[in-house]
Amino acid sequence: MIVLEKRPQPSQFWSLATPIAAVVATMIFGGLLFAVLGKNPVEAIRTIFWDPLLGEFAFYYRPQLLIKGAPLVLIAIGLSLGFKAGIWNIGAEGQYIIGALTGAGVGLAFYPMESWIIFPLMVLAGALGGWAWAMIPALLKVKFGTNEILVSLMLVYVAEQLLASMSLGLLKNPEGFGFPGSRNLQQYDSAHNAELIAGSGMHWGVVAAMITVIFAYVLLNRHMLGFHIRLTGDAPRAARFAGVNPARLILFCLGISGALAGLAGLFEVAGPAGQISIDFNTGYGFTAIIVAFLGRLHPIGILLAGLLMALTYIGGEIAQSQMGLPAAAIQVFQGMLLFFLLALDVLTNFRIRLKTREVA
Amino acid sequence: MSEMLLRIEGLTKAYPGVVANDHVSFDIAEGQVHALLGENGAGKSTLVKMIYGLVKPDSGRMLLRGKPYAPAEPRAARADGIAMVFQHFSLFDALDVAENIALGMETPPPMRDLARRIREVSETYGLPLDPFRTVGDLSAGERQRVEIIRCLLQDPKLLIMDEPTSVLTPQEVEILFQTLRKLSAEGTAILYISHKLEEIRTLCDHATVLRLGKNVGECVPRETSARDMAELMVGSTLKTPERVAKAPGPVALELTGLSVASPSAFGTALKNVSVQVSQGEVLGIGGVAGNGQDELLAVLSGEIRAPRDAVKLDGKGIGTLGPTARRALGLLSAPEERLGHAAAPDMSLTENAMLTGSVREGLERRGFLKWGAAQAFAERIIKDFDVRTPGPGNAARALSGGNLQKFVIGREVLQRPRVLVVNQPTWGVDASAAAAIRQAILDLADGGAAVICISQDLDELMEIADRFAALNEGRLTAPRPTAGLTIDEIGLMMGGAHGMEVAHV
Amino acid sequence: MDLSQINPVLLIASLMVAATPILLAAIGELVVERAGVLNLGVEGMMITGAICGFAVAVESGSPLFGFVAAAVGGAVLSLLFVLLTQVALANQVASGLALTLFGLGLSSLLGQGYVGLKPPPTPRLDIPVLSDLPVVGPILFSHDPVLYFGIVVVAATWALLKFTRAGLILRAVGENHDAAHALGYKVVRIRVLAILFGGACAGLGGAYISLIRVPQWTEGMTAGVGWIALALVVFASWKPWRVLLGAYLFGGLTVLQLNLQAAGVAIPVEYLAMSPYVITIVVLVILSADKSRAPAALGRVFHATR
Repeated sequence: MIVLEKRPQPSQFWSLATPIAAVVATMIFGGLLFAVLGKNPVEAIRTIFWDPLLGEFAFYYRPQLLIKGAPLVLIAIGLSLGFKAGIWNIGAEGQYIIGALTGAGVGLAFYPMESWIIFPLMVLAGALGGWAWAMIPALLKVKFGTNEILVSLMLVYVAEQLLASMSLGLLKNPEGFGFPGSRNLQQYDSAHNAELIAGSGMHWGVVAAMITVIFAYVLLNRHMLGFHIRLTGDAPRAARFAGVNPARLILFCLGISGALAGLAGLFEVAGPAGQISIDFNTGYGFTAIIVAFLGRLHPIGILLAGLLMALTYIGGEIAQSQMGLPAAAIQVFQGMLLFFLLALDVLTNFRIRLKTREVA
Repeated sequence: MSEMLLRIEGLTKAYPGVVANDHVSFDIAEGQVHALLGENGAGKSTLVKMIYGLVKPDSGRMLLRGKPYAPAEPRAARADGIAMVFQHFSLFDALDVAENIALGMETPPPMRDLARRIREVSETYGLPLDPFRTVGDLSAGERQRVEIIRCLLQDPKLLIMDEPTSVLTPQEVEILFQTLRKLSAEGTAILYISHKLEEIRTLCDHATVLRLGKNVGECVPRETSARDMAELMVGSTLKTPERVAKAPGPVALELTGLSVASPSAFGTALKNVSVQVSQGEVLGIGGVAGNGQDELLAVLSGEIRAPRDAVKLDGKGIGTLGPTARRALGLLSAPEERLGHAAAPDMSLTENAMLTGSVREGLERRGFLKWGAAQAFAERIIKDFDVRTPGPGNAARALSGGNLQKFVIGREVLQRPRVLVVNQPTWGVDASAAAAIRQAILDLADGGAAVICISQDLDELMEIADRFAALNEGRLTAPRPTAGLTIDEIGLMMGGAHGMEVAHV
Repeated sequence: MDLSQINPVLLIASLMVAATPILLAAIGELVVERAGVLNLGVEGMMITGAICGFAVAVESGSPLFGFVAAAVGGAVLSLLFVLLTQVALANQVASGLALTLFGLGLSSLLGQGYVGLKPPPTPRLDIPVLSDLPVVGPILFSHDPVLYFGIVVVAATWALLKFTRAGLILRAVGENHDAAHALGYKVVRIRVLAILFGGACAGLGGAYISLIRVPQWTEGMTAGVGWIALALVVFASWKPWRVLLGAYLFGGLTVLQLNLQAAGVAIPVEYLAMSPYVITIVVLVILSADKSRAPAALGRVFHATR
């Protein structure tokens, strides 16, 4: 008989080993899935994990790693602060959309004026937009005790409709021959989030992601606010006893995760995506939830997890074009990763024992 | 001598790092009131869980009326006529009395018949109870009755009672004892678990004493002195705390007409509480659990805010201040719940030292934390209060109850409080740790601090408090000097029998 | 704009159809939450049920087999949630999210070959005379059997929770799992059964969308209905009949919104389309004052110690 036994304290070893074990398990079961779909599993795994980094055309894919990783890391860092405190913002996708809308909106309002001030203003507007969207569930939770999970999620659907409305209406390119979608910001120098070093994939969003990782690390390990976040997650009553104001913490955690998601949206719309369009959002806000957990809600872990998840996106695209692997298979693959991580996480706090029970 | 009911032979149960029961043997006769005596952690709870089928022994056996008895689960135990009243009530707050009772029965009759039987049994044994009241609204004494009636409806041959009096006033205890005596007279055996010697001497026919999981002796309580039983239980002569009588200083903390609502649904609001505590004085606050103790601590720690002048420290209104500001002024507290309230279970002792120590010990500067200083503070607590742990990096939940309590109390005492409020400072703590904690509280008062000690252990309050007051349904009685108070007077202050009828036996 | 195009009788009849997927998913989740478990994977189980039901109905030609397959599919997916939360003791919020993300991916993978197909039609009730009655006929007597089944499930759940011992035990487990364990009830086993029931109901609700309401398969077609069902459980204060009421209110709003779109009201389509979500938020805000009815052990991890 298998019995779970609570460890006196969390295992250091397993807290590092579970993400790695989860990745390995996902590769094995993902491989099986690919085999069922009639693809060579070894080749598929190699295409996803090896080719983008070290394959023949890696020089082309490597910059993509930063481009896809940056929004994931930005959003996931923000989410992780709330998750640590038991505050569940799962509407980052909506905040990402609104950040892109407000940011791009400010940029387009200045068109065709050129000035260095425009991009910083867009950044500010993007962050504020995401922040404001996240403030809706935050204020409702603080004022009325409304469940922030459901409200933040409902707002994703609202944001998607707003996005559609904007790309068909207010922000539509007047010179776009009636096609939906805004002007392309890549062709508007003052608003373009261009590559900082050509061919590297490095844009302002990547810089922001790096700064955010360092900021989160310092916050959680060296600052009272970070200590209060961790304390609230471990023992809410003890946190109140220590003097934490729960309402303020909710506003902070939801606000900062919204602002970071908004930033991610702005950097995306002003850079790699280029324009507001109906299908602008691609699910970064949801994938970031996986990234946050895979990184064990730790800033450095999230950085690594974000890069890994970006890799599965890029590798997935390669596998799609070269092997005909369906795009949904990659989505399943990413979902599996979260499953294995949550399942194996039990080893951090529990010991598994085989017991032969003696009959009394 | 009556028939043998249950024989226990060499029961052993080990958990990682601790042998909870080590070859324990004893017999219970039919109709006997048998005490199981021992300190917290002596293995009493594990033993009764084995009898009740919640835990399987590693070795040893039990015989029920001469036949092997090995219940696989509580249901099997109940089928064999064994019933148990739990120390921490196993009740469902949102369900009504009848539903709660039905859950504890194998084949409950339809609700209407059940309600009728509940009324019958409760009247027979002098424990009146309305079957359709929601359990969450009942007092602690009434909740216990629900459990007892649940057991009685099954006609048990053996009734196990785990620390039943810890939630009762002395008058309620008297009613309970009359019920138990009547049951015993009808042939029901009772296994009575307690560490309160006087109770056992008044009630029990026979006592088995456990220490560190072993059966260290048996006695007939009526013929044995409390002192002898205590030494059997503890294994060494106890050191009682020393107290120097002193004239009280100026008023340190003053509550005036304090009324606050409880933050929790089944909590108790505080009603018009007024009291003063002076420097160098220990004020003991007694009362049955759930009469506003948690709320009183929270309103003093700053977790619940009050009107500004309802709480005054050194004459200054502080009712609207939060916990951190109050700590800065020297008002410190230690809540009852160690894990999850006073300390964060998964955090290290260093982090838990930071939890309340950041202001007074200078562990932060402009929001940035000084972990080195926090670790030094944690080490100082560990050393000064003899906390048994490998080091300050260990998680709080890895500590035993007594050691964690020493840490929690030590953390506050070492911050040199002007006023310290403690709730249940020695609850679930072994005797030596309890003595150390009480001594620390007394030393603190001798050093000029004011101390409020909220406790349900009356013996403890009589031992360390200068004055005594009681909480009853959120109201605080006027304090009286402890010297010369009788148990009856204390009982009346605590609310007497709460209007309960005395059993018609 | 021509509001006279909206026929009130048809509106009521179609709101019952629109309400049924939410109703099924919400009553399943209600049972799960009454047992003290918060499964946020409703959306994932619904979409899985939608494709399982659709695929099997198309392949077998029988809508009945389709619905059975949908229930099985939803339950099998919920089994993953069981493994995570009841065996590996993982956080229920995170596990529910994982279930939804996984279910969305899995369904679009399974649904690759089914886009654009038409499922076999589900026969509607046709009682001579009764079904032909004006007003009453279309509203009460000419729906598909699954719609009636949904109402029966609500009634059965209500009766089970209120009158039976099994219901009492379920409520007890959701209220205080430690006490239930101490009395010897199998907390984990009861919760597993509740979760499987919730999964089967969500799967049925999903299949109702793909086989009857739409009827077609498109990726992500549940479009948040699973989340609305979760909100509905809160709205209903964990009471079965209130779930029915809430689902019909909500179905009514959805249908009205679609009718207004069709009637060409001068509100942009996007704003009408977002209204169900906005209204859900508003309702949640109004009702979140009354939290006292929530099962006390909701979402808490149970681990039997010693």
